[in-house]
Amino acid sequence: MSTAALRWVPRGLGLGLLAFAVFGPIGNLVLWAFAERWYFPHALPSQYGFAFWARVFAPRADAWGSLFLSLQIAVLTVAISLLLAVPAGYALARRSVPARGVLLLIFLLPQAFPSLPIYMNIARLFYGVGLNGTVPGVVLVHSLHGLVLAVWIAAAAFAAVDRQQEEAARDLGAGPLRSFFTVTLPAALPGLLASAIFVFLDSLDEFTGTYFVGVPDITTMPLLMFHAAMGGDYQIASITALILLLPSFAFMLVIERFLSADVLAKVGG
Amino acid sequence: MSATFPSEAPRSAWPIRRLTGADPWGLLLLAPSLLLLLALFGVPAVYSVVGAFADKDGKPSLAHFRIAFGVYGHDVFFTAWLVTLSVLVIAAGAVLIGGYLILGSNRTAVRLLAWLYRWPLFVPMVCAAQMMRSFLARNGMLNNALEAADVLTPMHAVSLLDWRGVLITFVWKQLPFVTLMVAGAMAALDRSMIEAARDLGAGRLRVLLGVVLPLVRGPLLVACVLTFVTLMSVLSVPIMLTADSPTMITVDMAYRINTFGDYGTADALGVISYAMTMLVGWIYLRHAARERVLAP
Repeated sequence: MSTAALRWVPRGLGLGLLAFAVFGPIGNLVLWAFAERWYFPHALPSQYGFAFWARVFAPRADAWGSLFLSLQIAVLTVAISLLLAVPAGYALARRSVPARGVLLLIFLLPQAFPSLPIYMNIARLFYGVGLNGTVPGVVLVHSLHGLVLAVWIAAAAFAAVDRQQEEAARDLGAGPLRSFFTVTLPAALPGLLASAIFVFLDSLDEFTGTYFVGVPDITTMPLLMFHAAMGGDYQIASITALILLLPSFAFMLVIERFLSADVLAKVGG
Repeated sequence: MSATFPSEAPRSAWPIRRLTGADPWGLLLLAPSLLLLLALFGVPAVYSVVGAFADKDGKPSLAHFRIAFGVYGHDVFFTAWLVTLSVLVIAAGAVLIGGYLILGSNRTAVRLLAWLYRWPLFVPMVCAAQMMRSFLARNGMLNNALEAADVLTPMHAVSLLDWRGVLITFVWKQLPFVTLMVAGAMAALDRSMIEAARDLGAGRLRVLLGVVLPLVRGPLLVACVLTFVTLMSVLSVPIMLTADSPTMITVDMAYRINTFGDYGTADALGVISYAMTMLVGWIYLRHAARERVLAP
């Protein structure tokens, strides 16, 4: 064997081990999702099938309700976060605001503190005003991190827009609102879309905040998965987990198309 | 103040502009976001600190901290070293993977690695916990693979569902994020310095540790601080992977609230977790300040 081929031995071994570390846990989850019988100490299930999928997706099963609830909460969270973050990001990128650095830091604070103690106190406050266990309550909790993410990406997206185009529009007689909606907003749209996807995924996957604020009535997909797992329903838990994995993988594969390098370079700038 | 001159009267219609010289629209556009942040972060944060330092009647007291350290002292310690160890392992892994991505000589291997490492990037923590619960169990895929490879006999197979499971899950989930940040910073480096070191005969590992690592220490530290904060408040992984004590203080906080309705002790544990992240943040800021002083 040539030396070039020999060098593939350590390389292949390293990559192979990493591949097993990355895909092994996912593979084990997939096995559980399709296992109908799996007895200790067998390495593989003795019978595969879709019986548990039928149970999860039975017309009146919990999964449909949880899926729609999760999607509803995620869409509302994106709406609230972007509605607030687009003007805020624009102000941070384009208007002269006092103490801009401090404001950017304030928008970073929720990311710099452990969120669990915050969530349990939000739950305590919400309990007093009847927001616990309601969709608006959970949407508000998800909006905390959604807003922070969206403001940072929106500020970067607006900062990356070419100022000369805006000035050209103003010179041609467009008012500030018109130049914003016809020039600035369309140019920043890919970045804003990326932040919308980020916020959507963040809300879809959110566990801890929903755990505290959602009780007892709001069972989103992650909560459904958690309860199935703690109840020992490995198949149900694995099937729900797989459904949650699909959007995560899809986003991981397309992320670079949405977040261009010039926007990423402006994050925090 | 010049704004009091009559000639500038139109500007004084906005008091805020008169005071700061700033554009009132900017603050107006920011106000809704800041209000939501105040309501959903500022107020609960103040509540948690006040609740931690007060007794049942609202008087200042350290009683909750006595329970927190007395009953959960070993969990506080466990959380601190487990999260620190996870961050260190993740940082080492990220530097190695990032290093191979820019120094690797074989393009196919580099492309394969770049494709491979990022899969867990957006996987929810709960899903990662569920995967690891089956993967690391005594009859899970890891032990089965080791037995098939004759590394292990079924007699010696052990369940890794304790601190090791939490560590493995944290590394699995967070390594891609830190690697992405580190590899991004490495890719932006000036290649000529690396080439020069290589030409002088330095091995790849030496170039990585001696030339590349010092240049990306900033982004690496930021990613590590963010990861530390994230891991400090993960509830699902320790609940699902560590059946009994010791466990992370997040589990203790949920337990105090769900079982006893005891917000005081939970808040005290929360303040302890703030203190740990502030310590890490302080180390980072001190380092960043020193870098700035040293930088030309």
